[in-house]
Amino acid sequence: MTEHLSSAVLDVRGLCVEFPGRHGTVSALSDVSLSIRPGEILGVVGESGAGKSMTGLAVQGLLEPPGRISGGEVWLAGRRIDQLDDKEMQQVRGRQIGAIFQDPLTSLNPLFTIGAQLVETIRLHLKLSKADAKARAIQLLKEVGIPAPEARYDHYPHQFSGGMRQRVVIALALAAEPKLIIADEPTTALDVSIQAQITSLLRRLCDDHGTAVMLVTHDMGVIAETADRVAVMYAGRLVEIGPVGDVLKNARHPYTRGLMASIPALGRRVERLNQIDGSMPRLNAIPTGCAFNPRCPEAGPRCRKDRPEPAPVGSGVSACWLNAGGVL
Amino acid sequence: MIVFLIKRLANAVLVMLAVALLAFLIFRFAGDPVELMANEQMSQADRIELREKLGLNDSFLTQYGRFVVNAARGDFGISYRNGQDVMTLIAERFPATMELALVATILSLLIGIPLGVVTAIHRGRWYSEGLQFVSIIGVSLPSFVVGILLILVFAVTLGLVPAFGRGDVVQLGWWSTGLLTASGRASLLLPSLALALYQITLVMRLVRAEMMEVLRSDFVKFARARGVPRRRIYFRHALRNCLMPVVTMTAMNFGSLIAFALITETVFQWPGMGMLFIQAVTFLDMPVMAGYLCIVSFIFVTLNTLVDIAYAVIDPRLRDATR
Ligand SMILES: Nc1ncnc2c1ncn2[C@@H]1O[C@H](COP(=O)(O)OP(=O)(O)OP(=O)(O)O)[C@@H](O)[C@H]1O
Ligand code: SF4
Ligand SMILES: [Mg+2]
Repeated sequence: MTEHLSSAVLDVRGLCVEFPGRHGTVSALSDVSLSIRPGEILGVVGESGAGKSMTGLAVQGLLEPPGRISGGEVWLAGRRIDQLDDKEMQQVRGRQIGAIFQDPLTSLNPLFTIGAQLVETIRLHLKLSKADAKARAIQLLKEVGIPAPEARYDHYPHQFSGGMRQRVVIALALAAEPKLIIADEPTTALDVSIQAQITSLLRRLCDDHGTAVMLVTHDMGVIAETADRVAVMYAGRLVEIGPVGDVLKNARHPYTRGLMASIPALGRRVERLNQIDGSMPRLNAIPTGCAFNPRCPEAGPRCRKDRPEPAPVGSGVSACWLNAGGVL
Repeated sequence: MIVFLIKRLANAVLVMLAVALLAFLIFRFAGDPVELMANEQMSQADRIELREKLGLNDSFLTQYGRFVVNAARGDFGISYRNGQDVMTLIAERFPATMELALVATILSLLIGIPLGVVTAIHRGRWYSEGLQFVSIIGVSLPSFVVGILLILVFAVTLGLVPAFGRGDVVQLGWWSTGLLTASGRASLLLPSLALALYQITLVMRLVRAEMMEVLRSDFVKFARARGVPRRRIYFRHALRNCLMPVVTMTAMNFGSLIAFALITETVFQWPGMGMLFIQAVTFLDMPVMAGYLCIVSFIFVTLNTLVDIAYAVIDPRLRDATR
């Protein structure tokens, strides 16, 4: 077990995140465990509010106070990072974990040229002279497919189209050769016609650089095309994780099966996963037992009483009584 | 853009004409100019002749038109009190008021911006909330009270700086400056602080609000995710995005600083345009009052127009909207 885990770039163990509030504490994540190996792309899917972004933010140490990690551990390349202070995390963010946000229109500072923002990131993390940093910035722009990078270097964000800006964001994420990139819905805000370009660019670059990726998305088509493994989240918990082929063809968890049924055909894209009857419970109103039980077609008495823990099944992990001794 | 420019300029001219009308009414109808000018020995015939010479028998519109044309050339007539040219009188006093307002503006930025940043970053801490509270007091205290308090503490009790006057001034062409002498600078301190206090709280509150807004934006979060240190995010990435509205407000408010300087100048016996105006009021020196009104309004309107135009030039969306 330890052997396998130590080879992982990212290893999240039993992560819990809570938000203390006026009406008591809500737990936004409970007991989330997942790991990503070097060069691997882990897709993370689930309905809106499932906790996908929260997982990424917790790993980067970017939870908005009063939100905080209340349990579990985060290991990055063999080093525990969930207890580092903000100064130490600054050296992890950008250097070891690159980030890609959803909306490229708002991710870049409008008052600085993209060149300035690239050089800033590069020089924060790598000991390079100004000239070398600029050369590297131009090289990165070329790599992410920006035409005439020398000329574009001095341009401001508003002078780029959405797709081009997301390429700049990818260049920023790669600026210091991080081991892991957390991409939170990198194509959701983009025009449908360029979504595929951006995902395949991401896939290619991470292959070239051996970068692992945590790819949060609503798009099962993107998962099918780019991810190696997929993690399914529901109400702040991980319900299933496994190799993408197995999960798509042979899901173990009823929720995952519901999600799969909501894809019209493999490769076509849907905006939202909403084929399952009912909606996800609010975080302060999660039913006892399995969080999914009110919507689950296969729920039994045990599901309403006890909570199923994630357990290895076949090539993956699933948290469902069906896979752990039945629902009765 | 051209249409916008023309509209904006026409607007400014209209406002100035209205101000001129007000100034003219004061000059012409708040007391009879001939009576105010005449001395005891003047005969009735002399008075009638003077009335004719001043054009006071012409129609209202003719008189108003003449007033506007003269004012546009900087001719507001001569002071009833000492017979000097009004424009010369104002020009003499102009540098004192200008330096006061400029230093007050600089102070308000130097003090207001850091305070705004600090209270935005550390909101919820006792000192931020304390500053917020004090700033409410700062906004509501009348400036003469502030001035008197400052004089009491720093000039009378501590004896650190002069309580009134401008100190020694140096003449640079027609401009007299107090900035080049030690006593001039020391004298400038209290009045400019008194004048700046209100503006400081405005700048602080604006910067605080803008900072809190910007700190919520995606590019700040993304900068954090890139590993940019907090201080750099606050002062380089966030603050820069707040400065545009601060500059705008400062430019817009410069006119009111000059107007408010009237009170500060009275409290500190500062020999500026405001004092000139107050003296003119006590002596019923109508041409000086009318001149002051026109000049201050002119500064006010010019600044506002320039800011509006600058905004339209810089922000393409605004330009399109007003087309
Ligand atoms: N400040 C907060 N206080 C309390 N709860 C919060 C806070 N911020 C987020 N949450 C909750 O945490 C949960 C997880 O949100 P998260 O953004 O991770 O969802 P997501 O899976 O990324 O959804 P989406 O697909 O819409 O991006 C949500 O249910 C949200 O209500
Ligand atoms: S544990 Fe029960 S309710 Fe939950 S998913 Fe499995 S079968 Fe459905
Ligand atoms: Mg999200």
